[in-house]
Amino acid sequence: MMHISATVNGTHRMGEVEPRLLLVHWLRENLGLVGTPIGCDTSNCGACTVLLDGQSVKSCNMLAVQADGSNITTIQGLGPEGEMGTIQKAFKECHGLQCGYCTPGMVTAAADLLAENPDPTEEEIREGLHGNLCRCTGYHNIVKSVQLAAAEMRGAK
Amino acid sequence: MIPSAFDYVRAGTVDEAVAALVAGGEDAKVLGGGQSLIPVLRLRLNNPSLIVDVSTVDEMRSIVDEGSSLLIGAAVTTDAVMKDAGVQADIPLLAITAATVADRAIRHRGTFGGSCAHADPAGDLPTVAQALDAEFVIAGPGGRRTVAAKDFFLDFFTTAVGPDEVLVAVRVPKLGAGWGVNYQKFQRTAQAWAIVGVAAAVKTEGGTITGARIALTNMGATPIRASSVEAALIGGPATIEAIKAASASAADGTKPTSDTHATADFRSHLARVHTARAVAKAAGI
Amino acid sequence: MTDTIEEAPASIGQPKRRKEDARLLMGETEWTDNIQLPGTLHMAFLRSSIAHAKILRIDTSAAKLAEGVVHVYTGEDFPGQPGSTCVWPVTADIVMTHYPAICTDEVRYGGDVVAVVLATERYLAADALDLIDVDYEPLPAVVDMEEALKEGSPLVHESAGTNRCYTHNMPCGDYEAAKAKADVVVSRRFINQRLIPSPMETRAVVAAPQGMADEITLWTSTQIPHVLRVLLALLTGIPENQIRVVAPDVGGGFGGKLQISREEVLALILAKRLGRPVKWSETRSENMVAMHHGRDQIQDIEIAATKDGKLLGMKVDLLADMGAYLQIITPGTPLLGMFMYSGIYKMEALDFTCTGVYTNKTTTDAYRGAGRPESTFAIERIMDELAAELGMEPMELRKLNWVKHEEFPFTNVAGLTYDTGNYEAATERALELFGYDELRAEQAARRAAGDPVQLGIGISTFTEMCGLAPSRTLGALNYVAGGWEHCTLRVLPTGKVELVTGTAPHGQGHATVWSQIAADVIGVPFEDIEVIYGDTGRAPYGMDTYGSRSLAVGGQAIKVAGERLVEKARIIAAHQLEVSPEDIEFNKGVYSVKGDPEKSNTIQGIAFAAFTAHNLPPGVEPTLHGEATVDPIDFSYPHGTHLAAMEVDTETGKVTLRKYVAVDDCGIQINPMIVEGQVHGGLAQGIAQAMYEGALYDNDGNLLTASMGEYLLPSSADLPSFITDRTVTPSTTHPLGTKGIGEAGAIASTPAIINGVVDAIRHLGVNDVLMPASPQNVWRAIQAAQNGGAA
Repeated sequence: MMHISATVNGTHRMGEVEPRLLLVHWLRENLGLVGTPIGCDTSNCGACTVLLDGQSVKSCNMLAVQADGSNITTIQGLGPEGEMGTIQKAFKECHGLQCGYCTPGMVTAAADLLAENPDPTEEEIREGLHGNLCRCTGYHNIVKSVQLAAAEMRGAK
Repeated sequence: MIPSAFDYVRAGTVDEAVAALVAGGEDAKVLGGGQSLIPVLRLRLNNPSLIVDVSTVDEMRSIVDEGSSLLIGAAVTTDAVMKDAGVQADIPLLAITAATVADRAIRHRGTFGGSCAHADPAGDLPTVAQALDAEFVIAGPGGRRTVAAKDFFLDFFTTAVGPDEVLVAVRVPKLGAGWGVNYQKFQRTAQAWAIVGVAAAVKTEGGTITGARIALTNMGATPIRASSVEAALIGGPATIEAIKAASASAADGTKPTSDTHATADFRSHLARVHTARAVAKAAGI
Repeated sequence: MTDTIEEAPASIGQPKRRKEDARLLMGETEWTDNIQLPGTLHMAFLRSSIAHAKILRIDTSAAKLAEGVVHVYTGEDFPGQPGSTCVWPVTADIVMTHYPAICTDEVRYGGDVVAVVLATERYLAADALDLIDVDYEPLPAVVDMEEALKEGSPLVHESAGTNRCYTHNMPCGDYEAAKAKADVVVSRRFINQRLIPSPMETRAVVAAPQGMADEITLWTSTQIPHVLRVLLALLTGIPENQIRVVAPDVGGGFGGKLQISREEVLALILAKRLGRPVKWSETRSENMVAMHHGRDQIQDIEIAATKDGKLLGMKVDLLADMGAYLQIITPGTPLLGMFMYSGIYKMEALDFTCTGVYTNKTTTDAYRGAGRPESTFAIERIMDELAAELGMEPMELRKLNWVKHEEFPFTNVAGLTYDTGNYEAATERALELFGYDELRAEQAARRAAGDPVQLGIGISTFTEMCGLAPSRTLGALNYVAGGWEHCTLRVLPTGKVELVTGTAPHGQGHATVWSQIAADVIGVPFEDIEVIYGDTGRAPYGMDTYGSRSLAVGGQAIKVAGERLVEKARIIAAHQLEVSPEDIEFNKGVYSVKGDPEKSNTIQGIAFAAFTAHNLPPGVEPTLHGEATVDPIDFSYPHGTHLAAMEVDTETGKVTLRKYVAVDDCGIQINPMIVEGQVHGGLAQGIAQAMYEGALYDNDGNLLTASMGEYLLPSSADLPSFITDRTVTPSTTHPLGTKGIGEAGAIASTPAIINGVVDAIRHLGVNDVLMPASPQNVWRAIQAAQNGGAA
């Protein structure tokens, strides 16, 4: 077993983990942060995307021990406590989700994209989110959601 | 899916990593960003007894300008490579190709060195290393050695890095002024592997091609240099016709595989088409 | 009573933002895998890696001794226990077969279950699978349907003596007579390839002895909690009244979760037997082989017409791959399209035959559209081929043959009566949005210039049927269940409203849309309605969600339940306002005396009065609720016109979707935002069938596309934004005038894309392209045509 500690959604968390424990299982099963789901086992779908030290990563494609000492933000820590953040509100406004399973990863990936590129073109959004699969929306309204979020975030600055 | 159990060592230095590998024996595996290895572990296609994590070794996380080349630490992420000002300025072929690798999240963790050491023939970055005659700095129990790209990629998922060795860095020569570059990645969907890829760097002077570096992705067990195309191009005019004629030999000597996305014949055809396209774009046509 | 209620706009028709979303967006979700109960045993399945083999011996001794392993079971522990069942024996002589919970003597597809591990931790259960040793004697596998039907083929089920599951023939009119009159007969073989539904959430089950008395609760990621409860009781012998099925948040289904699975059956039995929670979460690689697949038909289509382009008749001969077993509606799925092969067109005769075939592959069953995508593909593709044969513009051929708006109601050649439709209006709007003439001009210019990238236009003018009902019709088709739906509406003493529905949404937004309907019918604020679903304990009656039935059928139940509630409240209001019920007006939640509007009460006020029951009229029982279980009078028939502009790189075979216009007519839209979302998602899946997806097997029956790395789901970068609009032709069979919209996009788009691809390269001699239209398939079609062969 290995000792790890990390800041997760602003809270200091520690644990003894098997080296093989996937980060997503540490989040879900050890820390109870079940808002981050698992969609595949080949790193294709992106449902498990979280922010690690501010950058998007696929938490099922990483060992928990590799996150030792890091700062992790999941969908459950992305907005103000108990509220939706700007991107989340935009997804609601633009009907950017249906079943909602890809949504935590999609929103997190969008946060990562917009942090780097606050005014993306449609093509940049489509390219920037292609590591996150959605089976419900056809992506049309996801793109609109990210465009709206980008506009709101630029306007707020 | 869930990996089999393994022991884990987080190496602080290259020497620590080598020592751990020596102690771990044949069943030890080096973990960099893990973006190729972890799916393999989860699907239990490989069940190492020891994982040696080099992703936080400082020496392997920097890019050093050596004048005529950049020494890129093996644990530098693909994202960092594509955004590095030095790489963008001096080795633009690597920067543009890195931007085609997988997706943002995977590029945040995956590494240039890891991609080369994993040596998937469908990987994009090894092709660039092959095209640019990169050198690989390998550390082992007997010290360090440097291996040229042409001697580094040996077979499917097999490189010159021995079981008790660690790839420390990749030295990529700068091409200098006057070169244009392009990477053609032919894939079925944006997150699919390349069916065929072509990395091209072309130098033109006064309408004549005076330099050409071309390598192919997924046209055999390793990234393959299209030497006959290079030879046919150099000294010839930078015209579409001449480039197409030269590219006709792009698949000569390759041994592409057949899979669910393309037969070997179709891959050969695609290699010819995309070699011409990559060269033309690199030559600014 | 407030003015805001009085002045509130009608809720129906508004693009209300979804009630579901905030929770989903903040990660406050209830996926089945989120459920963590104390004492849980984690279930893992050892699956056959061989498509067809005798099981000689299974050694579980090492696994039983492994850390954390509590039990290891094999088929011998469950003799005769079925793991699934088929409720649709489509013909009297269908060859039904046993689907074991765990295989005992033979495995019949790669992914069949040979052993089950229960362990204290998920990781330990996975480890134990590696310790089970199985000796197989490989048997020859049969993968190809035509091979399977040949004399001497290996048999998937030896005891059946054949791989032919059934042959169903439905002759409508006299096709041979129609053909005899024809100037032109065009025949084609189309392949509707095998697809993997791939909802983003794989399946998951938790079964736990929990709740009242002997009750056992099964949480499962399903589309059909109600149907499942009945079938679980029938299959396991556990009394139905001791089983509670809960479908919590369900991360997509697309037909893939319209099933009863061996994983659910075993979880229930084992939790009952052991008295502990049992949990299983499917991995994606497991899902690719173990959840049912969709489509997989060979379609031999023949169409007969006059030289002027008037359609005379159509012959349809299908081979439909059942896979290794029959599950819930495996044999019926291809027949769901049999009435629809004539599409929107008039013709004299349709001769339909379908043969179901067993193969050593994963079972097939419903996938988005189920039967109608296949029929729509066939008719819309053959119309383009007929147009080419006749030298007609493909849209002109369609206009010549489709049912004109003044001809409704129209009974099609298979006997279905389309209540309403306006194909002219939808087509006109689509052409306008598309820029059809400009694109045709560009196409001509590119052909003239010999551009390596050619342009094609694909047309799909389609209709489909949704809301499988009425029940007696389903009975006539040998379908075991009914097609009704239930709703209970309750106004609680505090004025808040509970809407209990038997539909089981998994992304469709029922909480929002059902609230909109109820808000208008009973006149309460949209925000005050809580929709309860997906739990047989809280919503006991229902037929669940599939086949675009939820609004088409369930929506009717909401309206009727609401009207009954309003009438009950009217009697109470009249009593309290001391007038007769006929003298009471009901408007937006307020009951007032005709001619004296000051004398009034709100529905909320009446609900409180019905709760206290201090002053109710004689014979009126306390509480204010309305219930309805509605069996519709007929299907509903959405339609539309879809147009695709396709670019084909003739040097590489790469296909690009440049522009897509979808004009749909789903009648009255309760929530246009959600309608549009359903269209988008359907389009993505239909386009994916045409361009990207396809399950491939090798000759030994190994699934080659067994991961998301090989089975290519389109990402955001692989699809364009869509141009969509709706025409509105209200349904006359639905009291709200609505039709279904969940599958229309998937049904219409596949032929639009392929028609566009073929149109782009028809001048090169190509007249068909295999799906998916991958670079290799397109390039091969071009090569074959250039080398003088047919594509």
